[in-house]
Amino acid sequence: MRYLVSVIDDKSNPGSTDRQPAISAFNERLIAEGYWVFAGGLADTDAATVIDNRGEQAVFSDGPFVESKEYLAGVWVWEAPDLDVALELATEASKVCDRKVEVRPFQ
Amino acid sequence: MSDVEEAITRAHHEEWVRVVASLTRRFGDLDIAEEAAAEAFATAVGRWPTGGVPPNPGAWLTTTANRRAIDRIRRENKRDDKHKEAQMVYDHDPPEPVGAIDDDRLRLIFTCCHPALALQTRVALTLRMVGGLTVPEIARAFLVQETAMERRITRAKAKIKAACIPYRVPAAQDLPARVSGVLAVLYLVFNEGYLATGPGTDPLRHGLTAEAIRLTRLIRALMPDDGEVAGLLALMLLTEARGTARVSASGELVPLAEQDRGAWDAALIAEGHRLVRQRLAAAAAGAAPGRYQILAAINAVHTSARDIRDTDWSQALALYDQLVRLDPSPIIALNRAIAVAELDGPQVALAAVDRLADALAGYHAYHATRADLLRRLGHSQQSRAAYDKAIELAGNTAETAYLTRRRDQLR
Repeated sequence: MRYLVSVIDDKSNPGSTDRQPAISAFNERLIAEGYWVFAGGLADTDAATVIDNRGEQAVFSDGPFVESKEYLAGVWVWEAPDLDVALELATEASKVCDRKVEVRPFQ
Repeated sequence: MSDVEEAITRAHHEEWVRVVASLTRRFGDLDIAEEAAAEAFATAVGRWPTGGVPPNPGAWLTTTANRRAIDRIRRENKRDDKHKEAQMVYDHDPPEPVGAIDDDRLRLIFTCCHPALALQTRVALTLRMVGGLTVPEIARAFLVQETAMERRITRAKAKIKAACIPYRVPAAQDLPARVSGVLAVLYLVFNEGYLATGPGTDPLRHGLTAEAIRLTRLIRALMPDDGEVAGLLALMLLTEARGTARVSASGELVPLAEQDRGAWDAALIAEGHRLVRQRLAAAAAGAAPGRYQILAAINAVHTSARDIRDTDWSQALALYDQLVRLDPSPIIALNRAIAVAELDGPQVALAAVDRLADALAGYHAYHATRADLLRRLGHSQQSRAAYDKAIELAGNTAETAYLTRRRDQLR
């Protein structure tokens, strides 16, 4: 089963910025143990552009699709046998990156 | 009740969870297992009165449910060739020996009480899948609309499937936390029966307390070496034993001190005391007791006293001290203060209770306890105000009636 693990940061109470070495070490372990599929940190939400081409012509708008205090700061994709394994890794991941994480299965 | 009806009721109590658990293992799908089990019981209700009760009702129900499940899967496959049922992860390795036996029913309980589900959802799912209560019954139990309850259960089953919540007994290192999650669900069901909330319900709902006890007995049979399971069962039995004495003929809550102790259920008390003695022996041998075991021991102090005046309050207080070290919650501190009042007087107890003001301002028992202590100290006016607040916050009809009378007796 594949899981999307979203890293959630909070603009008014951001997590610490010195986590990169710990995250890298954690990623090495995910790779070694066969859980790692993908990982990436995201640029600031200000850098986002929303495109809506459902109508006659495409409309571009500047900024994220929803303005909120909490926002997506990065993602992992993991391959894990079941939710228990994913939750155990996610518990560790939250500590490692000093942010909340959301675990959501792919269809 | 006719013999056949009795046989069906008995089969439902004894076999429902077995049928659901074995079908879940076989088909890897809670929804199919639940529906097929329900259909098998409906078939029994239709056939047994005329065809007779089969010699082995459990086997009959399992076979019938299996056929129904296969029919449904065939139907769905025919409708959509590409349709492939996602299967729940079934762990073929038996769990490590920690006193737990490998049993599908235990897997089912742990799946229904998985921490990734909200507590209310765990309660509903456990009552449906393990307890065999119908959705309307569960909806009534928690004063929720049937459609809302149906949605809650459907969503839970969908999440278990989509997120791959496994069908297994947790690993040894996770077991204590996961068992405590299961016990929290059962204790919540019990408490809702014992001190039912809501203006439209009976103050005591025996159906819910009985169901909680039945499920706790089941878990005890499956995990006989777990001290907290034994502790929770003892706690429920010793509480349930006082149930009939707890509400007066006029529907008023009767506090412990005023209860007719002759009306307590001696058999339940004897069973509860036996369990408490076992746990005390285990504690003497070095096993650290958890909160349910300590709460059961406190209840045993009360049920051992023939009269309120015979209560061994210092023993009760020693147990509360032990409990406070384990669980420093303000509710435990409030209950401890009640024992303090008996030993050191209401003045000392009131000082302890007042320290909890910030944490418990919204809790009716805090105000009721204060009201009682102030009354005993002769502070009628303050006591009245505290009773008013307690009445405003209390959700149980019998308790409201009791508090109102007490307030009105103040001079």
